[in-house]
Amino acid sequence: MKHRYLPMTESDKKQMLDTIGVESIDELFSDIPEKVRFDRQYDLKPMLSETDLLKELSGLAGQNADTNSHASFLGAGVYDHYKPVIVDHVISRSEFYTAYTPYQPEFSQGELQAIFEFQSMICELTGMDIANSSMYDGGTSLAEAGMLAAGHTRRKKLLISEAVHPEYRDVVKTYALGQSIDVLEIPLKDGQTDYDALRSMIDGDTAGVMVQYPNFFGQVENIREAADIAHENKSLFIVSSNPLALAVLTPPGKLGADITVGDAQPFGIPEAFGGPHCGYFAVTKKLMRKVPGRLVGETNDEEGRRGYVLTLQAREQHIRRDKATSNICSNQALNALAASVAMSALGKQGVREMAMQNISKTQYAIRAFKEAGYEVLFGGPSFNEFVVKCKEPVADLNGRLLDAGIIGGYHLGLTYPELEGHMLIAVTEQRTKEEIDALVQEMEAIHA
Amino acid sequence: MHKENQPLIFEISKEGRIGYSLPELDVPETDLAGLLPEGLLREEPAELPEASELDIMRHYTALSKRNHGVDSGFYPLGSCTMKYNPKVNEAVARLSGFANVHPLQEESSVQGAMELMYDLQEHLVEITGMDEVTLQSAAGAHGEWTALMMIRAFHEANGDHNRTKVIIPDSAHGTNPASATVAGLETITVKSDENGLVDIEDLKRVAGEDTAALMLTNPNTLGLFEENILEMAEIVHGVGGKLYYDGANLNAIMSKVRPGDMGFDAVHLNLHKTFTGPHGGGGPGSGPVGVKKELIPFLPKPVLVKKDDVFTFDYDRPQSIGRIKPFYGNFGINVRAYAYIRSMGADGLKLVSEYAVLNANYMMRRLAPHFDLPYDRHCKHEFVLSGRRQKQLGVRTLDIAKRLLDFGFHPPTIYFPLNVEEGMMIEPTETESKETLDAFIDAMIQIARETEENPEIVQEAPHTTVVSRLDETQAARKPVLRYERPESAEPVAVN
Ligand SMILES: Cc1ncc(COP(=O)(O)O)c(C=O)c1O
Repeated sequence: MKHRYLPMTESDKKQMLDTIGVESIDELFSDIPEKVRFDRQYDLKPMLSETDLLKELSGLAGQNADTNSHASFLGAGVYDHYKPVIVDHVISRSEFYTAYTPYQPEFSQGELQAIFEFQSMICELTGMDIANSSMYDGGTSLAEAGMLAAGHTRRKKLLISEAVHPEYRDVVKTYALGQSIDVLEIPLKDGQTDYDALRSMIDGDTAGVMVQYPNFFGQVENIREAADIAHENKSLFIVSSNPLALAVLTPPGKLGADITVGDAQPFGIPEAFGGPHCGYFAVTKKLMRKVPGRLVGETNDEEGRRGYVLTLQAREQHIRRDKATSNICSNQALNALAASVAMSALGKQGVREMAMQNISKTQYAIRAFKEAGYEVLFGGPSFNEFVVKCKEPVADLNGRLLDAGIIGGYHLGLTYPELEGHMLIAVTEQRTKEEIDALVQEMEAIHA
Repeated sequence: MHKENQPLIFEISKEGRIGYSLPELDVPETDLAGLLPEGLLREEPAELPEASELDIMRHYTALSKRNHGVDSGFYPLGSCTMKYNPKVNEAVARLSGFANVHPLQEESSVQGAMELMYDLQEHLVEITGMDEVTLQSAAGAHGEWTALMMIRAFHEANGDHNRTKVIIPDSAHGTNPASATVAGLETITVKSDENGLVDIEDLKRVAGEDTAALMLTNPNTLGLFEENILEMAEIVHGVGGKLYYDGANLNAIMSKVRPGDMGFDAVHLNLHKTFTGPHGGGGPGSGPVGVKKELIPFLPKPVLVKKDDVFTFDYDRPQSIGRIKPFYGNFGINVRAYAYIRSMGADGLKLVSEYAVLNANYMMRRLAPHFDLPYDRHCKHEFVLSGRRQKQLGVRTLDIAKRLLDFGFHPPTIYFPLNVEEGMMIEPTETESKETLDAFIDAMIQIARETEENPEIVQEAPHTTVVSRLDETQAARKPVLRYERPESAEPVAVN
């Protein structure tokens, strides 16, 4: 059998076997005990030519409703945003995507510098002192923040707002289980974290207080109050944040956050059915040596030229092994690069304009729903999401909307039983006025 | 050689330039000050770059030229399986029906994506010999932790609360003990014997009623097959522990032996290694976990199931360890791995392992006269040399690695595994031609000769890279981890 990925020829094989001094390739596997050797062929689907593979996978892809064929109002942590075309051109440069972790800095200055720039941009947006080179996603990043807080404070309890993404909360709980950390949920009050409840729940065993900003319902909470409650109790204040919103909101670093985490997916990263996205992790200076994952630092070479290296590695698993506080090794570097390119292209003006468009279009949609007689929940300001009480079961409604070329919102009843029949609707800069009007109209159609 | 500093994107920024294109706002603009409560309106804008699209493209193109990937040249980084990343994989992952699909859409609107995931799971079940696979873990380390959490839950469900120890060989990757710690388990190190294999007597000594699991990669990180695997499985199972397989080294054994048949109860795979997910400069990867029947109830939520030809996510899993990641794993990487498996087929995957092992043994034999070979037997997909001999002449393995850069080769993994002095771990992979292997071997032989005749040229390497050796001590002592704008910054030209 010949294959385009396998350059071995018969004469290569013969010469190599001769050099090794064996008769056959099988001899090289003679150390595998006979008893366990695999003696048949894998039972897999047949091999496909390049053309057939493209055909077959295009067929599978074609079965999915996507945001090119549909107008999407689905958010809940993953958003359909403007992706500058330049992003894919940069990350398609194979010097980037076919490299691995920059262990040899002289050969990896491009990647190292790109990560240093990513770290800097995340610091700018979040108002934090230090950001790492990326985490798997926003959820695991939040979980690692919780573990950091427990380790740093030597306390064993985390308080997490119910207004944090339900799937993020679940991930935090799984990690906490491993570490024997208790996770208690702070209840809601009108779609925001109930700070009075927080005040009564917090105690000397609370390692960290976790909130989301803007929260899962799109509400912009005044998190400074929560920061003060956490700090009075010497707990760390941990904020999970959509970085796009921070273009116009006071950054968590200015509101008392000790750790800010989140996902950079809104910056140039496709939804991709949930991953790969790009977790970010940012802290104040005092937590620098506790950060999980890789950090890139600036230094000089022997001739005094500026250069970049992986640094403060004594924190990491390959040095510290079972004493490491995080096990992360591979991260999401290529997506951090994608986010950097998007943040560069949008730039200082573009991130603001894009964030403003999200807010303005969301306000427009809220008004349109109210005018159509819908109850729009929660009184606080919205970033790019809001909650609407539907007039029919949400699953039926979403099915109907799909037929009309619309991907509807998130059914809140799935994770908040008290919000059965309610939909979380996201309106990004990608949605036009016409599409918003069409959504309201389609939702009404059956009732007209 | 570039003698000047490469400017940062922030340094080419100039007030007033833009690199984006958004449509005109088609609804009334909201007055932010009226919307947000006091103190939540950002006062100082985030200082992101201001640059034109061309300037940005040139900047990143310049950076890419200062980076070495598999497409740039040979990259025999041991334990990382730096094989060719097929371009068709990139094409299919970018199909709109995969790239632009939201994870929370109605299941009826994403059946194609779910079918691909299901089919990939089935293929991985067959390749590993396990009973079920989940695609949720984002990378190898994430998979290790997931599986250890499941093993812990399994023991606890049996009322076995004292199984808190994970036995890990001294040659293991650092993520193994770190994952155990994050899962709340304790690491017990088991020694290697004089053949580079797990010391069976030591294993018998440490295994006991407190054993939760043994973590092992086979072939191990020396590239050697643990031929006593069945005896080891017996010892660990005999005391009630589970066997965990670190699948980072699966490239050596496809179609030859399956983890499930060797007695392993749980396994993670690095789809970004054996199955060609591009390494991306450090990620994203994908680290699916496969398990035997007994562990299935503990799989993370949700579990993808097929009922009457319809795919759905099952959340009703009372014994599940819970959620380990938002959504369903690194789908985009899983699409690439699936495309690769379908491109190779069963026959192709068998050749992959055969050629990976042939290439490694060929290199090992040709290099053995020039460097120390601590364990002289057939290797699998990789092998470890020691630079002891060169060190006595004043040339360290680090120097050899740096000298290789002058030849345009990425160096091997160095100083790992920890049980080899001055180690160099070389993994050629099957996608490299004999000519490439020979060129690398020639370079290594030349460096060995230089070490004897002209050690300075090695000690002072690299000589041809865009920067020379960097001061890592300075980087750690006075950490500069972000750009800070100087008071009077003038933009510089892109180069
Ligand atoms: C043997 C081994 N185990 C585990 C890992 C961890 O995998 P990842 O980096 O995907 O987390 C690696 C790779 O880095 C490895 O080589």
